[in-house]
Amino acid sequence: MNSLIPVEFRNYLSLQPLGAPEGYNSSFFSGNLPPMFRPLLSLRGLGLIASSVVAFLCLSPARAELTFEFSGAGANQIPIAIADFGGDFGSARAVTSVVRGDLERSGVFRLTDVSGLSLTEATNPAFEEWKNLGADALAAGSVRPGGGRLEARFQLYDIARQTALGGEALTTSPNMLRAAGHRIADFIYEKLTGERGVFSTRIAYVVKGGATRYELHIADADGQNAQAALISREPIISPVWSPDGSRLAYVSFEDKKPIIYVHSLVNGRRVVVANFKGSNSAPAWSPDGSKLAVTLSKDGGSQIYLINADGSGAQRLSTGSSINTEASFAPDGQTLYFTSDRGGSPQIYSTRLDSGEVRRMTFEGSYNVSPRVSPDGRTMAFITRSEGAFRLAAMDLASRQIQVLSDSEKDESPSFAPNNRMILIATEIGGRGVLSAVSVDGRFKQRLSIPAGDVREPAWGPYRR
Amino acid sequence: MKRFIIPSLIVIVLLAVGCTSTPDAEQDAAPVESRSGADGGGRIATVTAGGVDSRGLPPELTDSRSILSKRSIYFDYDRFDIKPEYRDLVAAHAKFLTENRQFRMLIQGNTDERGSREYNLALGQKRADAVKKQLVLLGAREEQVESVSLGEEKPKNPGQDEAAWAENRRGDLLYSGEF
Repeated sequence: MNSLIPVEFRNYLSLQPLGAPEGYNSSFFSGNLPPMFRPLLSLRGLGLIASSVVAFLCLSPARAELTFEFSGAGANQIPIAIADFGGDFGSARAVTSVVRGDLERSGVFRLTDVSGLSLTEATNPAFEEWKNLGADALAAGSVRPGGGRLEARFQLYDIARQTALGGEALTTSPNMLRAAGHRIADFIYEKLTGERGVFSTRIAYVVKGGATRYELHIADADGQNAQAALISREPIISPVWSPDGSRLAYVSFEDKKPIIYVHSLVNGRRVVVANFKGSNSAPAWSPDGSKLAVTLSKDGGSQIYLINADGSGAQRLSTGSSINTEASFAPDGQTLYFTSDRGGSPQIYSTRLDSGEVRRMTFEGSYNVSPRVSPDGRTMAFITRSEGAFRLAAMDLASRQIQVLSDSEKDESPSFAPNNRMILIATEIGGRGVLSAVSVDGRFKQRLSIPAGDVREPAWGPYRR
Repeated sequence: MKRFIIPSLIVIVLLAVGCTSTPDAEQDAAPVESRSGADGGGRIATVTAGGVDSRGLPPELTDSRSILSKRSIYFDYDRFDIKPEYRDLVAAHAKFLTENRQFRMLIQGNTDERGSREYNLALGQKRADAVKKQLVLLGAREEQVESVSLGEEKPKNPGQDEAAWAENRRGDLLYSGEF
């Protein structure tokens, strides 16, 4: 149970000359895609993806049920058929089901119902028949025992062009089948959209299980494999992933006041990063992972400081006596977005670390808070209040145009998927906290809830290395 | 709308010992526990946190007939000034701190649940700071009093109406041994 079995990826193209030629351009699909999904690269060197990836195991589990719902649809969904993978029946079914679930929940694909139709990567598909089922793309594969482990192979096809788009062989094991499925879904997503998939990433969130039970959970992006990283009798808020995904910074109230910890996920080792007199909160990692922007009240009022990730060298950034909090780094590592009430109501501002120049970002309404910048630096997600409702909004940072992305009442704590495509938020339905992932264009929503619990404070983790 | 029910595995490694959150409640000591787990990869080690020791307090701080047993100061919506009806209460605590220099106080500022958790933490801090400032003006020493915020995290009333919110916009005064 303790041993970790890496999923290894080999370039399947090197094994069999079935794959698409180097430089193949999947422009066929671009006609069906909204501009945001324009393929960036035709066929990326699979070696880039071939880095070994370690998925994780479940600990002695109690059973709970996560419910995943989704609604809406991206514009121009790609119709795709995922054939029943062949080989070992149970393993193949498990992998096929993960791949289908991932692609369908992404909102980018429309799955053609082909259950019962089995096809492995070794057989050339009868393209005309698949075409008649209405699919533009097809994936086929198998999972077979090999060398004491399992080997999952798959091939992706462009049905109209009747060509292979590529495939992979992954070494996996019975308890790593979900991870293998996520990798296959990531491959398909990237090949057909030109953007990296986020199916192999993880999310963190807090479950309130009662007045004196708070749990910080880490789960796969589809809500599966939830594990508790921290259990406390007191609240836990504001978890944020270190850029390398190995640590979380968060605010814990276990000592009757807010204190910032950095928590290594692998061994549970915790370091107190900020426990100054007063309150310590709102951690935000610098893009290089060396520093955190934090909010401290040690010198009176809530002010933003820069502090080293080991807790040393606190240096005040904000000035004045107004509230300054909720800092978030832009990917350039030089620009900080934050919330301040210096203008009489909470609004979002930006500042440069080098010049100290401050610019006001939001003007509409009397309550704009919780800024979070997308990994590509183009979009700022935030929470805006209108007519008493707190809603997720996104600002295009180049044009400053704002779009309100939800119609709910109590959105909180936005965080971006590492591919910039979705924003994860906490919201409330029927008085219970749930998580919701909303596409940056607002068209597509996923909801993740745990029936017995109150879920809040989500944070979407980075790509896994 | 499509709907999936997916069985999930949730880990419960240790059950936290229940306790109340009232300032003068006795709490079981439950030191932070680390479980170092596997090396590498995605395995998550579970940590259990919480609990502090408590010590006895002089009766004048806990006797319900004493003004010093009153430990909450309530604020209006979006306000941080101490209302006239709490002046005697603050003055009594300032006097106690002045006469008992060995005592320390933690002021926890709180807000109602509306809005951002982190921004509410900053608003609660303003309330706690306002109480601290008044206590220091009336003779308490700066280093005797720490003002912190719990934001919206520890509501006294979990309801979602104005009556509940009014109970939650408050500053709580805790003495040494209570925090």
